[in-house]
Amino acid sequence: MENIDDNNAAKALQSPEPFDRMLIKNNLVLSREETTALQINTGFLCNLACRHCHLESGPHRGEIMTKETSRQIIAFAIQNHFASIDITGGAPELNPNIKDMIAGLSPLTPRLMLRTNLTALQGKDWDSFIDVCMEHRVVLIASFPSLNPAQTDAQRGEGIFQQAIASLKKLNSAGYGMEGSGLELDLAVNPTGAFLPDSQLRVEKRFHEILFNKWGINFNKLFTFNNAPLGRFRRWLQLSGNMETYLKKLELQFNPRTAENLMCRTMLSVDWQGYLYDCDFNLAAGYYLGGRKIHVTQMDCLPAYGSPIAVGDHCYACMAGAGFSCGGALADVN
Amino acid sequence: MDTYYKPEDLNKFPQIGKEAPELAAKFFDYYNAVFAEGELTGREKALIALAVAHAVQCPYCIDAYTQACLSKGSNTAEMTEAVHVAAAIRGGATLAHGIQMRNIAEKISL
Repeated sequence: MENIDDNNAAKALQSPEPFDRMLIKNNLVLSREETTALQINTGFLCNLACRHCHLESGPHRGEIMTKETSRQIIAFAIQNHFASIDITGGAPELNPNIKDMIAGLSPLTPRLMLRTNLTALQGKDWDSFIDVCMEHRVVLIASFPSLNPAQTDAQRGEGIFQQAIASLKKLNSAGYGMEGSGLELDLAVNPTGAFLPDSQLRVEKRFHEILFNKWGINFNKLFTFNNAPLGRFRRWLQLSGNMETYLKKLELQFNPRTAENLMCRTMLSVDWQGYLYDCDFNLAAGYYLGGRKIHVTQMDCLPAYGSPIAVGDHCYACMAGAGFSCGGALADVN
Repeated sequence: MDTYYKPEDLNKFPQIGKEAPELAAKFFDYYNAVFAEGELTGREKALIALAVAHAVQCPYCIDAYTQACLSKGSNTAEMTEAVHVAAAIRGGATLAHGIQMRNIAEKISL
């Protein structure tokens, strides 16, 4: 019952408005700006089957980027300068070509990021992977949804919290997240249910204190994400009877101030086969860049400034509350 | 099935302003100010509110503050302890009044 007002209360009783109409109502047009970021999805193979996953990644998925496709993407990145390149999945560490991809991409951008679930590799495999990341100064963005083991395990699987803690400690020993090392370790926090996160600043402060005091763990930055109503999370919303209320929650917290910095405006997303999208959520929804299936080898240049962005109701997730992009919250919340 | 409490009625809370809009406005200004970040964080206040909601047994507040606590990074382990705090205080208050019972009984008893 926070911030109660008449307006929101009346709206709460109506069905969620289609996202494209909400944009019109707020005089917003979502179109592309200069493309500065490339996000590469290496495939949907993952050791986990997280319940909030918008891609339904898991151990039985066969979609894995081939060496040839990764070479094509590297060639594309050579032709076009990107201020940041972001490797995601599934679990990128499980792609057999990941080390070559990192080596091929790192000279091409000042900021090469990789999203890790902290558990895909174990033992010597994890050690040698960290070595490659260190060599190429890869920024690691680690999924860590909660300081509470039960909540984490409910989202990601039994025992995952403890594995994640062990991996974070190992990363710290290698220098990641430690002051002065130049090895950046960030945390990505998704809510463990059908609700929005607290202020990113407050969550970051709390995670810093508790991770250090309880486990001696350091990290650099923390990013709060909203759960997108796609994939496995969407199915859970439907089966648990949370779909309408969650969409409504997102709609009621629609924040026009987040529109300016949405990731779809400046990011190009490429899937495991080399096809292009405005963002990873449009990838999950099957909304191709420009409304048609374009392969990275067919792109002579980056998408034109002002070209339209495909939208759907899942886009509410990026514009609700503080909103979010791959780099975390877009606006302050009280 | 008819029921006194319907979850969707929580969203009708501002309707208490009907026929008393100025009083409702004062209440909601105060309410929103109470829950703003202050010496206590919004998270701490949400946990207190959850505990009080159980003490006064308001199902609307329990619904709203369960969701608020989760949104503010709490979890069911913390929230359960908060409910126990409410139970301990309510139970304690009940028992403490037993002293009154004894005072009266002792006064009029041989």
